[in-house]
Amino acid sequence: MQTPVSHKILKHQFWLTTDRTMFWEEEKALVISDLHFGKTGHFRKSGIAVPGAVYMEDLQRLITQIQYFQPDELIIVGDMFHSSTNKELELFLKWRADLSGIKIRLVRGNHDILHTDWYEGAGIEMSQQTLSRNHFHFVHDITDHKKQKNTAGKKDYTYCFSGHIHPGIRIQGSGRQSLCFPCFYFGKEFAVLPAFSRFSGVAMIDPKAEEQVFAIVNQKLIQLQ
Amino acid sequence: MQLKESKGYEVVLSWFQSRGILPFNFQEETWTHILQSRSGIVNAPTGCGKTFSVFLGAIISFINEYPENYKTKSHNHLILLWITPLRALAKDIGRAMSEVIKELGMKWQVGIRNGDTVSTERQRQKRQMPEILIITPESLHLLLAQKNYPEIFKSLRILAVDEWHELLGSKRGVQVELAISRIAHILNTDSLYNFSVWGISATIGNLEEAKEVLVSAVLDKLSHPPVVVKARLEKLIEIESVIPDEIEKYPWAGHLGIKLVSKVIPIIEKSRTTLIFINTRGMSERWYQEILNVAPQLSGVLALHHGSIDMELRLWVEEALHLGKLKAVVCTSSLDLGVDFRPVETVIQVGSPKGVARFLQRAGRSGHQPGELSKIYFIPTHSLELMEAAALKSAMKENFIESRQPMLLCFDVLIQYLCTLAIGEGFYPDTIFKEISSTFCFREIKAEEWLQILHFITKGGEALSQYDEYRKVEIINGLFKITDKRIAMRHRLHIGTIVSDAMMKVKFLSGAYLGVIEEYFISRLNPGDVFTLAGRNLEYVMIKDMTAIVKKSNAKKAIVPSWNGGRLPLSANLGLMLRKKFNEVHPMLELQKKGKKTDIELRVLKPLFELQASLSHIPKENELLIEQIVTKDGFHLFVYPFEGRLVHEAMAALLSFRISQITPITFSFAMNDYGFELLSDQPIPVDDRNVYELFSEKGLTADIQRSVNSAEMARRKFREVAVIGGLIFQGYPGQFKKPRHLQSSAGLLFNVFAEYDPHNLLLKQAYHEVMEQQMEEQRLRNMLERIAKSKIILRFPHKLTPFCFPIKVDSMREDVSSEKLEDRVKKMLLS
Repeated sequence: MQTPVSHKILKHQFWLTTDRTMFWEEEKALVISDLHFGKTGHFRKSGIAVPGAVYMEDLQRLITQIQYFQPDELIIVGDMFHSSTNKELELFLKWRADLSGIKIRLVRGNHDILHTDWYEGAGIEMSQQTLSRNHFHFVHDITDHKKQKNTAGKKDYTYCFSGHIHPGIRIQGSGRQSLCFPCFYFGKEFAVLPAFSRFSGVAMIDPKAEEQVFAIVNQKLIQLQ
Repeated sequence: MQLKESKGYEVVLSWFQSRGILPFNFQEETWTHILQSRSGIVNAPTGCGKTFSVFLGAIISFINEYPENYKTKSHNHLILLWITPLRALAKDIGRAMSEVIKELGMKWQVGIRNGDTVSTERQRQKRQMPEILIITPESLHLLLAQKNYPEIFKSLRILAVDEWHELLGSKRGVQVELAISRIAHILNTDSLYNFSVWGISATIGNLEEAKEVLVSAVLDKLSHPPVVVKARLEKLIEIESVIPDEIEKYPWAGHLGIKLVSKVIPIIEKSRTTLIFINTRGMSERWYQEILNVAPQLSGVLALHHGSIDMELRLWVEEALHLGKLKAVVCTSSLDLGVDFRPVETVIQVGSPKGVARFLQRAGRSGHQPGELSKIYFIPTHSLELMEAAALKSAMKENFIESRQPMLLCFDVLIQYLCTLAIGEGFYPDTIFKEISSTFCFREIKAEEWLQILHFITKGGEALSQYDEYRKVEIINGLFKITDKRIAMRHRLHIGTIVSDAMMKVKFLSGAYLGVIEEYFISRLNPGDVFTLAGRNLEYVMIKDMTAIVKKSNAKKAIVPSWNGGRLPLSANLGLMLRKKFNEVHPMLELQKKGKKTDIELRVLKPLFELQASLSHIPKENELLIEQIVTKDGFHLFVYPFEGRLVHEAMAALLSFRISQITPITFSFAMNDYGFELLSDQPIPVDDRNVYELFSEKGLTADIQRSVNSAEMARRKFREVAVIGGLIFQGYPGQFKKPRHLQSSAGLLFNVFAEYDPHNLLLKQAYHEVMEQQMEEQRLRNMLERIAKSKIILRFPHKLTPFCFPIKVDSMREDVSSEKLEDRVKKMLLS
């Protein structure tokens, strides 16, 4: 694992990792987005033979991250689970029982469609739209959030973390070279985190000059702008 | 029974006579074979009564069997199964057959079954199968997905495959092979004795092999060896090149063609109907616009036809062509096959047709009747292309036509087929293994590969033991079956092997539907951008519900979509003829006289050849020309193997890799159908000491794997394999909502498989197909063998030559680099 890369927002210290996680030092919280747990199982149940090992490795990566940062809590900005319940989630529950000391706070994403009782049983504290902490807000889909904010007419937040998009950045080279990578995207008022799951695609973003982008290139984080 | 003494022959002959015609020899020959239950191939050009050869054979043999009551005997079950690759052909063929049956006073029914068949008709066929069923390969597989399907085929006599040359060499051909293997094995011994398989094919280089592929699954059941019946009907074809007023000594790809529009107008004017074949959809849009600019009087009688235009509009164009309502149609290969367009008098080919067979087929679209002269005009898009016209003439004279290579070990099609059987009756692996290994495609399948496939469809490959819920094919008392209704339904919707690029519908704001366009093209547009589709300028507004919304635009300038694909390489045959043609250039230049024997195309190119000869050299057939030129762009190395763009692409990568082994050096490269270029900022160390070694066949496979980014190519190829193999649900535009939470892109799946299940058969197949098709590995190998026996001519011209110019201009650059990914990214940022 590459040494995490430092990134400061409003004087708070954040650490970005190539494993697509972000550690918030002041709050001892690991912030993650779009885990899509159970996705391989959902596909396989429908007759699409995606290798289940992707899920195993995702879980393993999460454990490694927790061991490294020793966080008090996980803040998940949506799409923790991919679809309805399946056996892969049973494996998650087993894993959860072993790590019961950590709080998990989830901002509901469009994929989080399980029954409320299920989350309670798994020791997951669910926020329907926004989770706020220490001048920071956590939402799933920044676009939805902005719309609601506009209708409400308030401008109460200072900085917002989101997921949903699975941001990716395309890098053009000379000739016809072009490569794309998942990335962390930091705008002036909000950030979009990369999808944690390795079984997820990316959507290209088009950052403005003053915004910051960290591309995840194999085992390295490269700041592009 | 002797044909000519049979009752059936008598009846059919008098039908011919009543129309004032006589059967062709090849038709009678086919009938004789059919009466003896022989199988084989009928080789005849379109429009020569090839349908009647097999179809009337079935009629004659039926009459012979029931001489007394052949007219009244009805409900005979399925007798003739007619597989056709084109839905559009089915109606025409069905109509022609019904007419004959009616005139013979028989009670046979003709049914059609394809994607357009309505469900009431399907139901009717289920209750009572017609005697003749015209079907596409996809619909035939759908039949095999039904319960009780063996019932349908129990009295089948003839399985005919129309346009077999088209199907052979594609995965649809593999579908046909598999269907034949199944059908032949459900017939009982008696029926099998009378069963025959017939293919109908245009001329291709490997007719014997085409026959072998077709009958492979029934070969050991046949009482007589299969035959090839040749029509031997001369089709008269005349090629006329449109010679530009001024021959550019420096040919520039693509620009000459559109300048010749004004020369095309008189050709259109003087013929009843003209087809104008253009190689790419993008260029066809430009030609359509340009013709209308130059000849506005044609508006209303000029149409555009290509694969991205709405189906209904295309059908309308085809119908209008048929009825002779159109003066001209600008089209792509979308009109290569298909319905008989009798009013077409003239065909114009713009740019290289890339192959002899394709050119003949296009020429054959005019004068669509036996004995009529087919005239085809050739419009070069750059002056050197005139050489191709001369080469085509020679190739036609020698009947030097390309082969179609049958596809081998298509595991994606096999997986689909097994699931198809599993949703119907279910299958027993031992039985099916025997059947599929009798087909040409899978005759070399290994037992372990078969087990891996069974494991894949039942267990889903690599799995997480106790937490796995993979579900597709279940094993119930040894029978492999799909019981889940939803999985069965999804599979049924995805039977087929034609995988198009991810397409997006294009609609007006008002909702009117215009056609489809590649998603990636739309994704690069910004609102307000203007592009052309179906001959109209459209302004892109937004994407909504997976549809691109547009409005009309009066803008003068528009982006012409560059569609993927459609860039066929020059065929090996045409390449060879082209190299041979250069032999004729030397005497022409040396003798300083206008030899009458030399083709006009060569004669007008004389100034270009003189310049090429003075600056460099004109390679003979047994020579390979290499030019090294220094310009302000850097150091260029041009090589001219005339082997088509794909081989050149692979060769360029290979050569640059080998040179970089001598000295650290980075290249960019460019290629066209004639040759390729390596460009570097430092001198390229190629000289007569190392050149033969650089082009040696030794270590080819290993060097290719290290030089070409095959992972990237395989990733692109994987989409098709994954769709056919059932890993990606495409849905049907507008008809079928994609299932919730089951979407994923091919690229993502490729990554996941490459990382977590690298031995997956479908993944391997993608790599295999890249080598076979994308890189044309065999052809590359043949080329290197040829070069080893040729003389390599190294020249150092002081400026760009006529040969290298089109490559230079029409360059499609792809950088090669052995640097690490991370370093590359950093470097890209700096530039």
